[in-house]
Amino acid sequence: MAKSKSAYSEPGKLGKSEHHIIVVWVDNEAGVLARVVGLFSGRGYNIESLAVAEVDKKKHISRITIVTSGTPSVVEQIKLQLKKLIPVHKVADFKRNDPNILFKELALFKVVSSKKNREKARKLCKKYNSFILDKSKNSFVIQVTALRREIDKLIETLSPLGLVSTSRTGAVAMTRGSEIFK
Amino acid sequence: MGKLISGAEIVFKVLEHHKVEHIFGYPGGAVLPIYDELKNHKTIKHILARHEQGAGHAAEGYARSSGKPGVLLVTSGPGATNAVTALTDAYMDSVPLVCISGQVPTHLIGTDAFQECDTTGITRPCTKHNWLVKDVNDLAKVMDLAFEVATTGRPGPVLVDIPKDIQFKKTNFVLKSSNKKKLNGKSKPNGKISSTDLDKVINLMKKSSKPIFYTGGGVINSGPEASKSLRELVSITGFPITSTLQGLGAYPGDDPLFLGMLGMHGTYEANNSMYSCDLMINIGARFDDRITGKVDEFSPKSKKIHVDIDPSSIGKNIKVDLAVVSDVGSFLKALNKRIKEKHKDFLNSNKQNISKWWKDIDKWRQKKSLSFKNSKEVIKPQYAVQRLYELSKNKDTFITTEVGQHQMWAAQHYKFNKPNRWMTSGGLGTMGYGLPAAVGVQIAHPDKLVVDIAGEASVLMTMQEMSTAVQYKLPIKIFILNNQYMGMVRQWQELLHEKNYSESYTAALPDFVKLAEAYGCVGIQATKPDELDEKINEMININEPVIFDCRVDPTENCFPMIPSGKPHNQMLLGPEDEKEEVSDEGKTLV
Repeated sequence: MAKSKSAYSEPGKLGKSEHHIIVVWVDNEAGVLARVVGLFSGRGYNIESLAVAEVDKKKHISRITIVTSGTPSVVEQIKLQLKKLIPVHKVADFKRNDPNILFKELALFKVVSSKKNREKARKLCKKYNSFILDKSKNSFVIQVTALRREIDKLIETLSPLGLVSTSRTGAVAMTRGSEIFK
Repeated sequence: MGKLISGAEIVFKVLEHHKVEHIFGYPGGAVLPIYDELKNHKTIKHILARHEQGAGHAAEGYARSSGKPGVLLVTSGPGATNAVTALTDAYMDSVPLVCISGQVPTHLIGTDAFQECDTTGITRPCTKHNWLVKDVNDLAKVMDLAFEVATTGRPGPVLVDIPKDIQFKKTNFVLKSSNKKKLNGKSKPNGKISSTDLDKVINLMKKSSKPIFYTGGGVINSGPEASKSLRELVSITGFPITSTLQGLGAYPGDDPLFLGMLGMHGTYEANNSMYSCDLMINIGARFDDRITGKVDEFSPKSKKIHVDIDPSSIGKNIKVDLAVVSDVGSFLKALNKRIKEKHKDFLNSNKQNISKWWKDIDKWRQKKSLSFKNSKEVIKPQYAVQRLYELSKNKDTFITTEVGQHQMWAAQHYKFNKPNRWMTSGGLGTMGYGLPAAVGVQIAHPDKLVVDIAGEASVLMTMQEMSTAVQYKLPIKIFILNNQYMGMVRQWQELLHEKNYSESYTAALPDFVKLAEAYGCVGIQATKPDELDEKINEMININEPVIFDCRVDPTENCFPMIPSGKPHNQMLLGPEDEKEEVSDEGKTLV
């Protein structure tokens, strides 16, 4: 074994990385998003997508939905670290393949191409609850709501059909049934 | 409607409410209204540092030695950025600090005004929480919450950034402190320790034949009662105990059940016990990488119990079998009670169960891993620390350190018998911590002997604070183990970088005796082992600040050590082992 020149230990075995959706309820105050995001960047955690808006106008509570990936111990750390932040009220953690959770993401696509290709593009979007929001001679803007991976796939298939601009909200999540996360 | 008072006065009202007696700081443009108000509050004494980092470490030393939060007052811009090292240090070592910083007036925020910086942005990752107060009506509430967050849960630093116009603005002063038990300023869900958890702990203890207590700074932070309960627990169980750097003093350093410090420069018996134990009971320590070494090979055969007030400390580095989220003081008290009331059988059998284990430990002890080859010609640094210990142990001495070899030698050879007597920068490893920390300790304990065991490289980083010590007549002793090198850097270069001593030698050191005189304090130099005792006694007996230039062997290395990437049972005990290690790689020492 080559002699280590570091004052630090070598990395141990890594666990298997999994996708998680973390939902955080926070006081909507100045800097709160920076605290949450800074915790991720400072500790080297991933953010794949981020959606945030105030959901309770009276109590000024915002709901932040973060899609992240990490080993089980990293995800556990993320939750515990988030819970320590002063403006954080509660933290929920869902696995991406949890059947009891609804995940949705909204995307806008601008397609500029021939009539034929636009027609193809429109058809591809059809099953994702699509609406045409704007039309011109040679383009349209279409809205879809779907799972993240479905939108990933759509982007791939729309690219050769004249997709010129994409905007996505990042995933939001909610539990099925009458229960709410406490 | 009551009398309207200014933001600056509100700051002091809240400080008075929290019984703050000392604040450490440095004035400047954006904080002048608060400094102007100082004269009206006689119970609060301001200590003028020479640099905001010095003020911060002084506040840390004050906090760690007294158990009270340290308060720091700095101006905007460079005042705040200079405080960042101290805040980060306090964050890593869980020291409660409240930092109040001035900010440019609200209408200038974001305009790159003179001495403006994004203080809350810069300090967000190195505080438990921070606030920019934009409305004077929020100030009292925020200041009060700042103390609560700093001192509850796992303690740590907080910062309140107050724009200058808010310091001037007037409002009604209302302070409603809630009496609810809170953790990190949040309502505490359930503070009680369940008896099921206690029984689980005790059952693991019953089954164990090779147990060890591994205790840390959490025991100190939990207050002197926690140390008492720990001593009781160790005494009724007869289990061996080792401590982290930050935990030293929670258990008496000269007690036979104490195995000494563990970790990279811990004792052979402590590290081997950690490696070979079948039950590890971690109380208020955080499995830091200086402790665990390579995590995959850390104590492979043991069940692990972890008691910590911070849920995010549990499972962060090492998976444990039983976790208890609790203040360690309350836990220890409850555990002792439970053992005595419900588990008398255990008390009768435990010492028998572990007698073989103690035989193993005694074998490791025979190695005498802290021994060193003494010399008649040159002062060995370990010898200097030993003599300092022997000559000051009858006084209630407070020790601070800088960072490096001298720090490890101090930890190894100075035996602490009480908590809060040992102030050192463990997590961040801040060179320049010890001198200003000694200032803070002496402020909190004016009649006690306070010694900074220092290295000459570290101490030069915050040497200007000698001026503070002289101004306030603080008789701190700066005991410099002067080897002319950044010793720990030199040691790593010798062992791991083919003796390429790149930039670790200081070619132009000051004459420390003359330097002491220039500051208006006393300078002493020792160069020979036989003059050491007399000069140390001279230092102790002078009621003035002293800089002691102790010239030590420049090539001495700090042993034992766990080489990087090695498990605990593969320690280097001294220079001899080092040679073997090179000629026969992979050779283990056990």
